[in-house]
Amino acid sequence: MLEYKRREILSGNKAVAEAVKLCDVKVIAAYPITPQTPIVEYIAEFIANGELDAEYIKVESEHSALSACIGASAAGVRTFTATSSQGLMYMYEVLFIASGLRLPIVMAVVNRAISAPINIWNDWQDAMVCRDSGWIMMFAENNQEAFDFTILAYKIAEDKNVLLPVMINLDGFVLSHTYEPIEIYEKSYVEKFLPKEPNIPHKLDINNPITLGHLVTPEYYMEFKFEQEEALQRSKEVVKKTIEEFNKIFGRNYSIIETAGDGDIAIVTMGSLASSLKYLLRSGENFKLVSLKLYRPLPKEELIKELKDVKTIAVLEKDVSYGFEGGILYNELKSILYGKTDANIISFITGLGGRDTRVEELKKIIKICENPSKNVYWLGLRRI
Amino acid sequence: MEYVKCRGKCVANCSAVRCFTFRRESKKYLVKDDLFLSGHRACQGCGATIAIRHVLKVAGRNCIIVQPTGCMEVVSTQYPETSWLVPYIHVAFENAAAVASGISRALKVKGIKAKPIVIAGDGGTVDIGLQSLSGMLERDENVLYICYDNEAYMNTGIQRSGSTPLFAATTTTPSGKLSKGEDRPKKDIAKIAIAHDIKYVATANVAFPLDFMKKVEKALKISGAAFIHILTPCPPGWRIPESKSIEIARLAVDTCMWILYEYENGKYKINYLPTVKKPVKEYLLLQGRFKHLDEKDIETIQKLVDKRYEELLKLAEITIQE
Amino acid sequence: MLILRQKTTLVNKTGGWRTFVPKFYKEKCIDCGSCHLYCPDSAIKRISEREYEINLDYCKGCGICSNECPTKAIEMILEEK
Repeated sequence: MLEYKRREILSGNKAVAEAVKLCDVKVIAAYPITPQTPIVEYIAEFIANGELDAEYIKVESEHSALSACIGASAAGVRTFTATSSQGLMYMYEVLFIASGLRLPIVMAVVNRAISAPINIWNDWQDAMVCRDSGWIMMFAENNQEAFDFTILAYKIAEDKNVLLPVMINLDGFVLSHTYEPIEIYEKSYVEKFLPKEPNIPHKLDINNPITLGHLVTPEYYMEFKFEQEEALQRSKEVVKKTIEEFNKIFGRNYSIIETAGDGDIAIVTMGSLASSLKYLLRSGENFKLVSLKLYRPLPKEELIKELKDVKTIAVLEKDVSYGFEGGILYNELKSILYGKTDANIISFITGLGGRDTRVEELKKIIKICENPSKNVYWLGLRRI
Repeated sequence: MEYVKCRGKCVANCSAVRCFTFRRESKKYLVKDDLFLSGHRACQGCGATIAIRHVLKVAGRNCIIVQPTGCMEVVSTQYPETSWLVPYIHVAFENAAAVASGISRALKVKGIKAKPIVIAGDGGTVDIGLQSLSGMLERDENVLYICYDNEAYMNTGIQRSGSTPLFAATTTTPSGKLSKGEDRPKKDIAKIAIAHDIKYVATANVAFPLDFMKKVEKALKISGAAFIHILTPCPPGWRIPESKSIEIARLAVDTCMWILYEYENGKYKINYLPTVKKPVKEYLLLQGRFKHLDEKDIETIQKLVDKRYEELLKLAEITIQE
Repeated sequence: MLILRQKTTLVNKTGGWRTFVPKFYKEKCIDCGSCHLYCPDSAIKRISEREYEINLDYCKGCGICSNECPTKAIEMILEEK
């Protein structure tokens, strides 16, 4: 083992907090919500112990949490906040402003179901409905990734060709409250990767005053939005390049989409579900696993390349596009694969509101894919 | 030439510009270049823009302006133009206090000696922005929050807000056969700010620029949260002639509809009381938004005003005596 | 970035909104500065003692200066264009 790493057994929440500490974040806005709360608790502890020199704003809501991060980031410092579910919904309006103002804020979202009925357990509905808010979105498969992606996020967000906020997603409880051994780096190595301070060209500076958040009329609004979309699309290459650099320094093997196994059937998924599918592969099942680490911008070309030659594509996800058909990722895959493949694409909804995704159900996916009778399957649904 | 008799101690609190003290005191503010530029799209006779000029005369370049959505944001920041020669940010309607909190902490981290100043309308303060304002005040962030109160949602076209006074007609509280306009008295936002036990709260009036600028000066020196509530008439919203906004604002003070006071370190202080307390009728009848009122309604308002006046007199240690 | 490409509102000549134009009589001026302090459009500047300049490029003609002048040193007159 390399000397710049130490091993600790940490929950996903603690892993994110440790990463924030290593990134020299200067302003943290915190509001509690299950299952995210321990992240901001750990950070409060770091500050109280003198382990992290940062300002901690005890805001009165998530709306204000992200707003405070916007203020601090616009003033030129590195910021962080974390939330889940209703909290993310409450800051929905502000998400678009953070990306529209091109501010490199990093936020951890510990994915949780949305009310009603109220439910504190894991699914992806909260993050998935924010997909069009202009944020870069990454999904962690395990606690090591949650830790590593948080460090990566700052480097990507602050890249001069990007300047966009990044959302790091980790599955509520499944990762956030589960302890795994993870490797933590020495600060000096993180400093080699990440500059001490962000360089925000449009920051609020009393010596060089500018106006941020203009009223933009129809004459310019589309250009603003096009510029933002270009930056987000362009960020894919930056993410790839940054991951390569990260891999080199920290000895990892990350990529924007991870594949494993082979076969006529491909299962596309994100987050911790990929781990369960890897277990299935190890137990001898035959399929190709495609796990997205980067969800926005969607790695279209990479997905097409991996999926164009399989016969059946199963999309396994923990969210629903209500009133449309199946899951959100499923619909997006169908859209990008249109005309590229004749494969049968099937939506599998699983794990809503924290329902366990069991091995038998995963095996059922492969069975169904051999002879599907409809487009959308809800796994583990009980007839009650 | 007729000069109002100077009452000695009044210094900058006297409303009469005919006063010699005013002439002496105002000099230092006359030569400064404006940091809020001409060419903004505010209506003719807008009271709020005058208040903004006063704020910047005192704050100078060492501040960062935060504005929620509202008239002043819309008229001054139409891309690619800006009226602001100081750093400025607008984020959303309800979160200016939270944005300013973030800026204030970032400036602290960077060791920059500047202060965020929120300049927010009444809707963005007493209604939709109340939560984030309360959070900011309670955390005692190093922020100066100025609410310019034109007593309704003027930006969207004169809809009532929590700050609309009793019996004022707005587009959502029109007067009619069954309605006298707004059916509830104005929310007392200064009182709410005081309830947060911050170091400095003041009311001001755009017709009293020296008093207002002195208050801004004082508030900027305070380390921690400060709140100033300033009345700024809106000619189209109040249905008054453009040239009369200052005259009517002054009448609000002379009738005690609006009382200039400070709350500092737990103590109230009334800054100015008119020599003769004029009847509220004089203030109300000049405005189209009150033109439907009858004597009984005016009496109701007079009683409300008298009650508030007595209440404040009791709270305050009066410094101006005849 | 588009955000960084900005200019000031000075390009926006609001003088065109005006119906009445202020006329300044120097001899009546007592130099109290209320016209400058009460101008919503930052259009009145004090040049020197009892010398005020009204920038008609931006003056919207609201008439506050005239209304507030204690010595009636500013008069609003219908502007002929």
